Amino acid sequence: MDSVWEYRGLLLEGTVVTVQLALASLALSVLLGLIGASAKLATNPASRGVANAYTTLVRGVPDLVLMMLLFYGGQQIVNDLGSATGLWDYVEINQFIAGVWSIGFVFGAYMTETFRGAILAIPRGQIEAGISCGMMPLLIFRRITWPQMVRHALPSFTNNWLVLIKATALVSVIGLHDLVWNASTAGRSVREPFTFMFAVLIIYLILTACSDVGLRWLDRRYNVGVDRA
Amino acid sequence: MKKKLTMLGLAGLLALATGTTTAGGPLRVGVEGAYPPFSWKEADGTLKGFDIDMAMEVCKRLNRECVLVEQEWDGMIPALLAKKFDTIIASMSITEERKKKIDFTIKYYNTPAKLVAKKNAGFDGTASGLKGKRLGVQRATTHQCSAEKLYPGAELVLYGTQEEVWQDLSAGRLDAQLSDSLQAYEGFLALDAGKDFDFLGDAIDDIECQGVGAGFAVRKEDSTLRDALSQTILDIRADGSYKAMNDQYFAVDIYGN
Amino acid sequence: MAEQERTFFEYLVYVSENHSPLDFMLVADHIDKFFYGALLTIEITLLALLIGGVMAVPLAIARAYRHPWLNGPIFGFTYFFRGTPLLVQTYLVYYGLAQFDFVRESFLWRPILLSAWWCALITFSLNTAGYTTEFLRGAIENTPKGEIEAARACGMSPAKMMWRIVLPSAFRRALPAYSNEVIFMLHSSVVLSTITLQDILGVGRWLNGRYYLAYEGFITAMLFYMVLVFFISRGFRLWEKRWLGHLRPREQSSLPV
Repeated sequence: MDSVWEYRGLLLEGTVVTVQLALASLALSVLLGLIGASAKLATNPASRGVANAYTTLVRGVPDLVLMMLLFYGGQQIVNDLGSATGLWDYVEINQFIAGVWSIGFVFGAYMTETFRGAILAIPRGQIEAGISCGMMPLLIFRRITWPQMVRHALPSFTNNWLVLIKATALVSVIGLHDLVWNASTAGRSVREPFTFMFAVLIIYLILTACSDVGLRWLDRRYNVGVDRA
Repeated sequence: MKKKLTMLGLAGLLALATGTTTAGGPLRVGVEGAYPPFSWKEADGTLKGFDIDMAMEVCKRLNRECVLVEQEWDGMIPALLAKKFDTIIASMSITEERKKKIDFTIKYYNTPAKLVAKKNAGFDGTASGLKGKRLGVQRATTHQCSAEKLYPGAELVLYGTQEEVWQDLSAGRLDAQLSDSLQAYEGFLALDAGKDFDFLGDAIDDIECQGVGAGFAVRKEDSTLRDALSQTILDIRADGSYKAMNDQYFAVDIYGN
Repeated sequence: MAEQERTFFEYLVYVSENHSPLDFMLVADHIDKFFYGALLTIEITLLALLIGGVMAVPLAIARAYRHPWLNGPIFGFTYFFRGTPLLVQTYLVYYGLAQFDFVRESFLWRPILLSAWWCALITFSLNTAGYTTEFLRGAIENTPKGEIEAARACGMSPAKMMWRIVLPSAFRRALPAYSNEVIFMLHSSVVLSTITLQDILGVGRWLNGRYYLAYEGFITAMLFYMVLVFFISRGFRLWEKRWLGHLRPREQSSLPV
């Protein structure tokens, strides 16, 4: 156990990287999710088609495969693009960027489904009432759609976030010095992989427990005044 | 007139963009960090080892700032081609197969590869001896190439780093492993973890897979960098700094013949 | 005629190596390895789902009926396996357990804990058991009251009621969620490549490592996974049609005019 204490600096650094990665991917996935949901609910069949292709692709390919493709292959493509158009010499796609883009891309598809379901759950009558009151579209979104969308989306959003945190562990496989990577190298140098992996598991449990508490607070806040069965 | 100007402008941009990265500025060096005593990472994160020392020395002589970029071994060559760094100093063997994609300087050391197994293993290091045995190698190395060629009957088990190979060998999951004999000795057999193990047989004879020694790797278009690096290797060898670095880690001269 | 075919093949290889952005002939050359990889992926995914699924039934029942002293530990078990990454769980079992002498000297070592295949199967089974237990419990708890009352009115014993009424209807309810679990398990199976197993991704990494490529191996792996997911989704959709067909919204034409 003292070996874990000795390497606590490395483990802490790794945890910070993991959390940064998770938050950045979450931001990207929420953005893609909102765009995707509006595309899926659009009247234009082309945008529905693109959104459907997006969710189908993500469902069909494991995140790690996309991550490796982006990290190893993507760099090559970015370089070729750069030299072909003459716009840049070298734009780096490091492990962090590859991780954020692949996890963000994958979870964007899940968020699309989350937000789509949430928007559909809002009674159409309320939107119509808003229009008849002369509300501008932005005002309707701010006062009617958004608060209710958050309320409906929260359970599914929470679930997606918890799965996302765990998915960040995969970025260690392409070499990002996150919690898992740091713990693996530390464990290997003192020949105590079990101790370090167990420590990682505990840290992940702490992260998920904290998220659980935080999101439950959010849930209570957005459900003020709602009768629960 | 407008069209001509824009074409000229684009051509100019293209010319700028395709310029090589050897005109001064920092020298980005790809290193592994998981191959003691050539390269490893301390608990506080600093990189140490013979390869690291060589890299720093080379940068000093070329009068450029050294930027060490850690890279997973099996992505080393794609990363070099993708311009993540300008040269690889990570004990990479010079082989014809690799020369199809990248270029090498002259060698900076040459040590043979050997099998390692438990003492009194009960089988010998031949193709028939290893038939059906679990043989561990690091992925994307010349040893993977040799193992597939020389021991087709063995059950090949691939790992991301050499450290993982040692880990499973000491756990008893592998019957034998193939890797560089010097790293095997310094990084495993001489340590407490390797006390029950020993070399199995002699150095393997496979120039096609093993190559002629380890060199610094560069992209094919960076021939000026390659020549500059080769020259520094000769200089380092000539004025005794090589011996100083060598003796810090090894009991023999690893330059080879 | 034979000579023309040969030169066409050579032409394909030439195009593939030098002009095509993807060296498809190289992939075609090694496609058998990908199929073996697919076999391994399917094998472990299926077995883990089976074992985990069977384990989940009694656990879910105990959780749904809030068994006095089993409920807590089972909740702890599912919380642990759902709250931590499968990758880390796998590393713990494969690399972690090998750390202990008492494990390596026990009867469990050969041939179970020593083998990556068994370690993966054990970890994956426990993992899917954790997830399946929770949503099966949800499905059991959502059994319509009417069905339970009718069963009691018929004089069924608790065991019979469970076997003939509650479980079948719970399985039906859990089907959509279970189809997601199957897909997730397939996605998670990529973790196999991190503990030396040659699954689909493992073969992709081997190919890229052996020939110093950047994406051929991964694109091929991607295509293989997409095909597998397609078939699984199709299969589940047919299954849902059969089992949950009575819950589908009525079609308009069946009403008399």
